[in-house]
Amino acid sequence: MILELKSIYKAYVQGNMYVPVLKDINLSIEEGEYVAIMGPSGSGKSTLMNIIGCLDKASSGTYLLDEEDISNYKDKELSYIRNKSIGFVFQTFNLLPRQSALDNVALPLQYAGVPKKKRKEMCLEALDMVGLSDRVDFKPTQLSGGQKQRVAIARAMVNGPKILLADEPTGALDSKSGVQIMGLFKSLHEQGVTIIMITHSDEIAAYADRVIRLVDGQIISDTDNPEVAIKYQESLKSENEENSEESPAQVDEEVAE
Amino acid sequence: MFENIRLSFQGIWSHKMRSFLTMLGIIIGIAAIIAIVSTIKGTNDQIKENLVGSGDNLVDVNLHTNEWQYMSGNDMTPEGVPMIDDLIKEEILAIDEVEAVSAYRYGYSMSGVRYKENLLDGAMIYGIDDDYFSVNGYIVNKGRLFGENDYENESKFVIIDTVAAKTLFGNENPISKSVEINSDVYVVVGVVEQVDTFQPVIEDVNDWYTYYYDDAAGKVFVPHTTWPLMFYFDEPYHVVVKAKSTDDMTNAGKKTAEILNSYITYVDMEGNQPYKYKSEDLLEKAKAMMDISASTSKQLIWIASISLLVGGIGVMNIMLVSVTERTKEIGLKKALGARKRAILAQFLTEAAVLTSLGGILGVGAGIGLAYLISDIAAVPVAISGVAIIISVAFSMVIGVLFGLLPSVKAANMNPIDALRHE
Repeated sequence: MILELKSIYKAYVQGNMYVPVLKDINLSIEEGEYVAIMGPSGSGKSTLMNIIGCLDKASSGTYLLDEEDISNYKDKELSYIRNKSIGFVFQTFNLLPRQSALDNVALPLQYAGVPKKKRKEMCLEALDMVGLSDRVDFKPTQLSGGQKQRVAIARAMVNGPKILLADEPTGALDSKSGVQIMGLFKSLHEQGVTIIMITHSDEIAAYADRVIRLVDGQIISDTDNPEVAIKYQESLKSENEENSEESPAQVDEEVAE
Repeated sequence: MFENIRLSFQGIWSHKMRSFLTMLGIIIGIAAIIAIVSTIKGTNDQIKENLVGSGDNLVDVNLHTNEWQYMSGNDMTPEGVPMIDDLIKEEILAIDEVEAVSAYRYGYSMSGVRYKENLLDGAMIYGIDDDYFSVNGYIVNKGRLFGENDYENESKFVIIDTVAAKTLFGNENPISKSVEINSDVYVVVGVVEQVDTFQPVIEDVNDWYTYYYDDAAGKVFVPHTTWPLMFYFDEPYHVVVKAKSTDDMTNAGKKTAEILNSYITYVDMEGNQPYKYKSEDLLEKAKAMMDISASTSKQLIWIASISLLVGGIGVMNIMLVSVTERTKEIGLKKALGARKRAILAQFLTEAAVLTSLGGILGVGAGIGLAYLISDIAAVPVAISGVAIIISVAFSMVIGVLFGLLPSVKAANMNPIDALRHE
């Protein structure tokens, strides 16, 4: 079990309002799994992602990462986990605009305290893996969207993390680049990297082995078989065309059975 | 750290205009301080050099009556003021800071010195010991110096300096010529000249009064044993000591005076000791004069410091803007594993680099300004290396100080809020 969430609750206080975002999330992910997390906006999937990525802390519940309870870790330890164990890929790439692809990829190594000479070696290797050996000195502005995302993936993987967290990795890309990125994810998956990906696109979710759906801060479905998931989504689509927003939870339960 | 410095330069360069304007306050403040300090130092160096001389390290230790320098010829040598003999001189030589010592007496000859129809008026007649010329830096120009016999026999020989030689003899050779002093005849045996005589820098009439001595008339030297014969009375001796270094001058003078005073036994009827040897402490005199110029300048430095304060606030302001602008970058870096400390260091470095750069530019501008002032106002300038180092270091401190608040703000940002920021 690479990560395990046990009855995770998360709520924000907004003014006088107490806004629950995640309610009793129980989730285990094995090493090497490829998981897509889906859900409408406001369903809490981003918050869940942030908690998994140690960017945010749950209000209550237990988070075991690699069998270790990290629920009460402080900023220093969480930074270490973010640096070593988790790679992040964002929808908008989040590359530093004034720095070359190489320098962007080197960032996590810098925080890990890797010596400079070794850093360059590792960065070149990572950029080679994403097929950008010839763009090493390019600035983000000189790269296409797909290339930028590949730099971002190189950056996420350069420290050799076990988990890759991707938040709508193809959201800002054309479909062709999107397919390329998914191909890259697939090969990473084959290398044994655990991938957790937020998406609202059925097409993209279909690349994953396991699809988790969140609605209103609760997991409403957790299916292992991608084809089932696709079927479910197709049925959902057609249903949506007829009557918009019928309670999908019930349908989902049937399918999950 | 090196990485952060490189990034800081990148950031500063990518916002050239903004960075320059931010630095301007620091530049102006540092430039003003450097210009002020340089002109003070220039003035002080000049005062010191003028008073202390070009490193001959001589200190006069003169007899005083109460607060005033003992006036030659007014009295007989007071009882209880000793003649300075070789034993006392040995004792003075034993002082750590003293390299050489000479005792002498002097007075004006009312009648002047005559050779045929030439008159050397207001000449100073010095009764000197064997060490006088070497201590005071004289060399033989013509003839010879006094020998042991001359002292023992109270010979009526004189040595004159080149100024006196010119006045009395013109182009004639003075050696073996007879001159008349106080109705007596003396034979010139030598002419001496003072090597590397120091010329003070005179810029106005005040300088002239401060630095100039009335020794332009020419000097006449006789053996100190001969001197009483010439004046018909004994005079107390004065002492000149050569200190081992300029910094030793104060102590050499003070210790010499202490030794000499220990021999004075004269007590007046009220039980006071009016006669005292005092050292002419040129270093202290110079210090007093420098303090005057320094104290006025200190106020100017305070005013210039206000500019630094304003500059520091400008830096804080722009750093806050920069932190807000780069919220997303901060979030990303945190997501990639940057600890609070790393973010703090990044922004502190940036602020420090910004102000240090301002400091360096300010030093450059200040040196330029100092030379401009010296050109316009005819003030000497001396660039102080210490002031430059302190200025740059101080501007760096300003950066760290005023960059602290924005940097702490950046370091404490919540990574998700920062990432979500648009």
